[in-house]
Amino acid sequence: MAFDYDKYIRPGKLPHIWCPGCGHGIVMKGLIRAMDTLKLQKENTAIVSGIGCASRLPGYIDCCTLHTAHGRAAAFATGVKMAKPEMNVILVGGDGDGTAIGGNHFIHACRRNIDMTYIIMNNYIYGMTGGQFSPATPTGHKASTTPYGNPDPNFDIAKLAIGAGATFVARGTAFHANQIDKLITEAIQHKGFSVVEILDDCPTTYGRRNKYKSVIEMMNRLKEVAVPVKAAEKMTAEQLQGKILTGVLYKEEKPEYIEEYAKVIQRAQAK
Amino acid sequence: MSKKVAFLQGNEAAAQGALYAGCTFFGGYPITPSTEVAEVMSVELPKIGGKFIQMEDEIGAMAAILGASLAGAKVLTSTSGPGLSLKQELIGYGCIAEIPCVVYNVMRGGPSTGMPTGPSQSDVMCAKWGTHGDHPAICLTPASVQETYEEVIRAFNLSEKYRTPVFVMPDEIVAHMRERIVFPEPGEIEVVPRKVPTVPPEQYKPYDTSFGDVPPLAAFGSGYKFHVTGLNKMQDGFPTTKAEIVQAEEERQVRKVDANVDDIVTFEEYMLADAEVVVIAYGSTSRSARYAVNVAREQGIKAGMFRIKTFWPFPDKQIKALAGKVKGFVVPEMNLGMCAIEVERCAQGKAPILGIFRVDGEPINPDQILEKMKEVK
Repeated sequence: MAFDYDKYIRPGKLPHIWCPGCGHGIVMKGLIRAMDTLKLQKENTAIVSGIGCASRLPGYIDCCTLHTAHGRAAAFATGVKMAKPEMNVILVGGDGDGTAIGGNHFIHACRRNIDMTYIIMNNYIYGMTGGQFSPATPTGHKASTTPYGNPDPNFDIAKLAIGAGATFVARGTAFHANQIDKLITEAIQHKGFSVVEILDDCPTTYGRRNKYKSVIEMMNRLKEVAVPVKAAEKMTAEQLQGKILTGVLYKEEKPEYIEEYAKVIQRAQAK
Repeated sequence: MSKKVAFLQGNEAAAQGALYAGCTFFGGYPITPSTEVAEVMSVELPKIGGKFIQMEDEIGAMAAILGASLAGAKVLTSTSGPGLSLKQELIGYGCIAEIPCVVYNVMRGGPSTGMPTGPSQSDVMCAKWGTHGDHPAICLTPASVQETYEEVIRAFNLSEKYRTPVFVMPDEIVAHMRERIVFPEPGEIEVVPRKVPTVPPEQYKPYDTSFGDVPPLAAFGSGYKFHVTGLNKMQDGFPTTKAEIVQAEEERQVRKVDANVDDIVTFEEYMLADAEVVVIAYGSTSRSARYAVNVAREQGIKAGMFRIKTFWPFPDKQIKALAGKVKGFVVPEMNLGMCAIEVERCAQGKAPILGIFRVDGEPINPDQILEKMKEVK
């Protein structure tokens, strides 16, 4: 029997705004399957986003949903989780929202290690505003504001999260749809701040400018560049050239922020 | 039993007032001259099981309090000029999404880094015009340590009652001076709780105007599922660009304050009954003005003071009425004439306005005000 997505979709809020060929819908379905696996209570789950195409996702899901300002999802979510630690708090957004204007909130959310999960849909571009380069746009690629090729070096978002202190970091792609819910499930189960970067595609504003002839070609690229971490262990540096590691990239157990703050409360009240 | 008395700084009193009002969450970022508020909250909130967080920047602090407020907490942040500029983005979010919160902003010299330890009153316009777009504005300008305590409580009450961000803006002198403060007993000052929905969750809409201009606000995690956005929205919280809905919603948001001016605006009338020369002052400047009025009276000048306690909404009605009766207004303020513009608007040419505008980090002294009063013909 086909999976019933409707139980988590908000009645009357579809169709979504995403273009044909966009990967965000695949990620949303993965998130819904993960929520279903974990039997997350809708009333007790907050989905928080910033601004951009990916950040429209919360509106389609029947939970407590918070569509904040550009880049601010992590900081709003921090307030929600601190005030109601019993809630499941999931953040969603794109690469520009999360790592440019929201970069400071992102790295500090990683550092604090609050028990929340951040799903970053990385399509290498600011899609909603028409295709300007983001911190994730590969060097040399074209965007509406890099007509001669992007001179900027780009972030590796997963590495950035690991470096900033996130205690669970995974990467998947929109092509590997069946893996998405498994990564998100594991991320939500992890105690601490977890980051799941999903590489997906923007055929409308990125693909056209970078000589992709079709969505299928973009999807095939994701298929070709992705190498599971386990498989990568057996590959040479030469073989890994131009490849992107997928799967659970990093995991560690560290004190969770709100549990640590509970100790602050104990110490304050003991005085 | 005698009441608890203390010798406190304005900023310390502000933190104590917030706790009296039921604040359980503070998000902040260090900035002179308001940091003491954060320091006191970091000590006191965990004692009552509340939460304090020092965020990565001013914007993050504003975001955190809005998130916590949506999760049901009464929330406070404190800042000063440069921080206020950064917070403006999300103050607008609080206005359009209608999220109660209190922003305590100590006025120091500006623009930009300006004079971090010098007093100023140059942020009052930021409270109304700082964030983009049309929105309601409430801003309280206390003049003493006791009043800072009480006005912070009132700010919490107004923010809950009208479901909107509220500013408390002492100048640096009020924030840093120490005075005797008498603490009210629990229950002595009214504390307004948030209006929460009584309808079943499936019927709940976060902007349901069938409940009036201020619809009830459910907390995340309280059994209600709903959507919040910074886009222009419909009653169910979802975005819309439908002209008639956007127009009506924007007008309602502003009307929450405009239609309740008499409930919000507070002021003090000092020796106004027969006054011919009226000083219009607020914050620490009003303390010099009071002294100047007393001296002027001794010298036979029919002087008085209209002290603004609520800067926004501006006391239009009262100043309009005064303008028809007085020979002139003197407006001393630590900026280049922000309140004076408003007084001019209200006076409608019926009375001359003589300003004393200082931005040199020095307080306005009574002599300056007295001299100016003598210029009123």
